[in-house]
Amino acid sequence: MTTLHLINKTPSESTALGDSLATLSEGDALLLIENGVYAAMPAYAEHFTRLPRTIQCYLLNNDALARGLNDLNPDFAAIDYDGFVELSCRYSKVVSWF
Amino acid sequence: MSDTKKSFLIINRKAPYGSSAARDALDVALTISVFEQPLSLLFMDDAVLQLLPDHQATLIGQKNLSANLSMLEMYDIDQLYVCQQALSLRGIRPDDITLNITLLDSQGIASLIKQQDHVLSF
Amino acid sequence: MTDDNHEPSYLQVNGQTIPVDPEGYLRHLEDWNDAVAEQLAQEEGITLSEAHWEVLQVLRQFYQQFEMSPAMRPLIKAISAQLGSDKGKSIYLMSLFPGSPAKLASKIAGLPKPTNCL
Repeated sequence: MTTLHLINKTPSESTALGDSLATLSEGDALLLIENGVYAAMPAYAEHFTRLPRTIQCYLLNNDALARGLNDLNPDFAAIDYDGFVELSCRYSKVVSWF
Repeated sequence: MSDTKKSFLIINRKAPYGSSAARDALDVALTISVFEQPLSLLFMDDAVLQLLPDHQATLIGQKNLSANLSMLEMYDIDQLYVCQQALSLRGIRPDDITLNITLLDSQGIASLIKQQDHVLSF
Repeated sequence: MTDDNHEPSYLQVNGQTIPVDPEGYLRHLEDWNDAVAEQLAQEEGITLSEAHWEVLQVLRQFYQQFEMSPAMRPLIKAISAQLGSDKGKSIYLMSLFPGSPAKLASKIAGLPKPTNCL
């Protein structure tokens, strides 16, 4: 049973990022959406260095481009809305952190 | 008339999208400028993210806040300040910002606030 | 004045039906063209001259760059920069678009109503 974790807040506007990172299990995935995409700025890379390698990291590309973010943490794969739907189906549940 | 003038500072602390805070602050700034009151804008915390250029906000069905901010100059709103620490925490270099803006440390922010008649926070 | 009965409003131009808001501003920017501008102007009792068109052009450019309609002061600034300081005066704009030039010119240029405009 694997989980897709959705984060939609910046690293400083709530504890969502820290709380979710602390509760990830092997094989889970992380998807940054809305203001969550700011966590993929290189300055925040340190938050993700200790994640197990089985955790896949994604971000919603439209939300990044809308905010003028181009130079992002290469550990995150950019996906579109169809990819979002696909991920939501691939994992057995979705947990939203906000 | 000059003795009826009051100085205003608008403190921005939120990211450009995801809430209405940034847009509300802009609306209030434009309104204050119509009344020709001395006005300063300060960007700190997540609001420094408003200053990143080239938003493509139509991708999320929003109006482009970075285009709107570049309009401030046309309203003669040119007292723009940004918190230095908030920039460096997010790895944003002053050169990344296309607006003409002054960097302030906490000390500088304290004295900016001290100078104002009114401070509005968003 | 706003229309309280919320009846959808339309502008008829060359057999086309173009939606406008209760105050007569275009609902969709992309509906604008020369014929629509002339019709919008006519509703306000204005016949568009070259002098009007160049102001409308500056307004359209302003909107394209900043994605907002200008209030009076930035409009004057933009007109001064593009058409010269003799035209960048409120009295000149008042003569072309009487009453409230920023609101009226934005309407005819097919742009949203300027906010924060007294």
